[in-house]
Amino acid sequence: MGDHHHGPAKGLSRWLFTTNHKDIGTMYLWFSFAMFILGGSFAMIIRAELFQPGMQLVDPAFFNQMTTLHGLVMVFGAIMPSFVGLANWMIPMMIGAPDMALPRMNNWSFWILPPAFLILASTLFMEGGAPAFGWTFYAPLSTTYAPPSVTYFIFSIHVLGLSSIMGSINIIATVMNMRAPGMTYMKMPMFVWTWLITAFLLVAVMPVLAGAVTMMLMDIHFGTSFFSAAGGGDPVLFQHIFWFFGHPEVYIIILPAFGVVSQIIPAFSRKPLFGYDSMVYATAAIAFLSFVVWAHHMYTVGMPVAGELFFMYATMLIAVPTGVKVFNWVSTMWRGAMTFETPMLFAIGFLVLFTIGGFTGLMLSIAPADFQYHDSYFVVAHFHYVMVAGAVFSMSAAVYYWLPKWCGRMYNETMGKTHFWISFIGFNIAFFPQHFVGLAGMPRRIPDYALQFADFNMLSSIGAFIYGASQILFLYNVVATIVAGKPTSEEKTWDGAEGLEWTVATPAPYHTFETPPQVK
Amino acid sequence: MLRLNNNPVLDTVIKLVTTAVAMFAFVFVVMVPLYDVLCDALGINGKTSGEAYTAVQAGVDESRTITIQFVATNNESMPWEFGPSVTMMKVNPGASNDTVFLARNPLPQAMIAQAIPSVSPARAAAYFHKTECFCFNQQPLDGETATDMPLQFIVDRDLPQDIKTITLSYTLFDITDLVDGDVAAR
Repeated sequence: MGDHHHGPAKGLSRWLFTTNHKDIGTMYLWFSFAMFILGGSFAMIIRAELFQPGMQLVDPAFFNQMTTLHGLVMVFGAIMPSFVGLANWMIPMMIGAPDMALPRMNNWSFWILPPAFLILASTLFMEGGAPAFGWTFYAPLSTTYAPPSVTYFIFSIHVLGLSSIMGSINIIATVMNMRAPGMTYMKMPMFVWTWLITAFLLVAVMPVLAGAVTMMLMDIHFGTSFFSAAGGGDPVLFQHIFWFFGHPEVYIIILPAFGVVSQIIPAFSRKPLFGYDSMVYATAAIAFLSFVVWAHHMYTVGMPVAGELFFMYATMLIAVPTGVKVFNWVSTMWRGAMTFETPMLFAIGFLVLFTIGGFTGLMLSIAPADFQYHDSYFVVAHFHYVMVAGAVFSMSAAVYYWLPKWCGRMYNETMGKTHFWISFIGFNIAFFPQHFVGLAGMPRRIPDYALQFADFNMLSSIGAFIYGASQILFLYNVVATIVAGKPTSEEKTWDGAEGLEWTVATPAPYHTFETPPQVK
Repeated sequence: MLRLNNNPVLDTVIKLVTTAVAMFAFVFVVMVPLYDVLCDALGINGKTSGEAYTAVQAGVDESRTITIQFVATNNESMPWEFGPSVTMMKVNPGASNDTVFLARNPLPQAMIAQAIPSVSPARAAAYFHKTECFCFNQQPLDGETATDMPLQFIVDRDLPQDIKTITLSYTLFDITDLVDGDVAAR
């Protein structure tokens, strides 16, 4: 027990042994950005191959490895850890807690992540290649026909699942037990609310994913037949288990993004969030409904009509709470004294593009229509509108919004706005045409395609390269800010921002709220 | 609310870890059996009953004729010659019918096979009763020998009126390694 007001340790051991929520949050954010670049470079290979019809650069087997790893790395390596990093940094500061409830476990849940992804990435160099069965790893592609490296993939999923579960337990324990006096549940910032609900989803469904890969492991190595008809199993069972995890998983990705946007839009509209209570209930409703809609990912497996109808109506029902959220964000802006700094631009970009992604989701939810859209590029366009323009845009917004608080330096506003506009334009050039080629019948996950899709695919590739390049600008802007940005010591970087995190000094000291604030 | 520990943080952690472990178990002990039960109950996947049907005396419905088609497929690297003796039969609902499938093991060593049935349209599965079927048992066969594998079935009189043709498909799996390895199939 040393001096209570010590600063960070020096050198590498600071990062290896730290239990400080800000250090761990920073490591999560940098790690997820590294994974974003890795997953992005896989995407660049995919788009380069699809630039023109015919086999151009890579062989089909490698192409399949790229689509698989791109999905896995982006979902589990980039988006999820980035929001966990944000939660680590912001939740204690937002609820007036000195740190996370379980700081040592916090350290561990971060440090098992890099090995998990090292294992996953190392499969690229193994005999038989990396997993090539798509990020959804449907059996029997991922069991009977899988490359030998699938065992490494399974282990990697186990480890990163463990990391997610520990991270969520930490977040729930923090939010439930360490709020400042006077901060009731209904006074918590929206970001804390959305993360609390997300963490419950994670605790509920990450074990299901672990169960699915455990069954794969047993089928491959221990002679069971969960997914093999030879022993009385059924490959369709895999899809049910996977999507029972997978659908809540998409809300795990998007709910924290909702939280970020619910912080930023009021700040730059200089108005409190419209309909706070309904936002909380809508988030909870979305989380609840996410457990009863999984089979809309598998309309074509041959379900009874009653099943198709149930999953169709349940899915459409989700549009109601999601619509409540969108209307609340718009109402927050209504007659607000709005300004358009970079975080706000990304938040509005999120709002517009996420709504488009939501509408295409509604189109896909229509069971009879889905038979046409299923596994086409329309689906690819849909989920990139919600994953990239939803989750990644809101993450960019969050970085610009809180970066001055984190490092006490202001980023370059012109460069930030340039990053936004290049991202926005590049993203739309990349993904909007994919709706058209999808509706015209281009299937996803193919390295070559029919000639009539050539123009749109070239356009799509050009947009993807623009979007990819804009992330280099983002990296440069962030590094330049940390190294040589204009110093700022204003407690409130943004005059409309509300919340406890804006009451501490800038840059945020290593320890904050050692005596809890009083919330009225 | 139930308190499991005096330390509120530990209390939360215990509850959450229990939830996570329970969800892991849920996949194995609830989802898998529930899926099988639902498929049986709803007749999804064209899964027919794995057990012999005991015929109920209800008489033969001479007014309807149902076409039964037989399909045989070998799974993956299964080397046996396997096929129905007749590819099509016309039967009356309620009547008992017999046919055989022919199998030959062309390899020198003895092997064990398992046939898995599937009925199409899936809605007909619940009305297609097998009173005797080679698919109920594992089928051992010595090297370079052939055998007739019997099938006896009844089409239920309650078969929906719009179904005129039923396709019964068998896929033959090589389970020699699984049985020799003394690993019980699920």
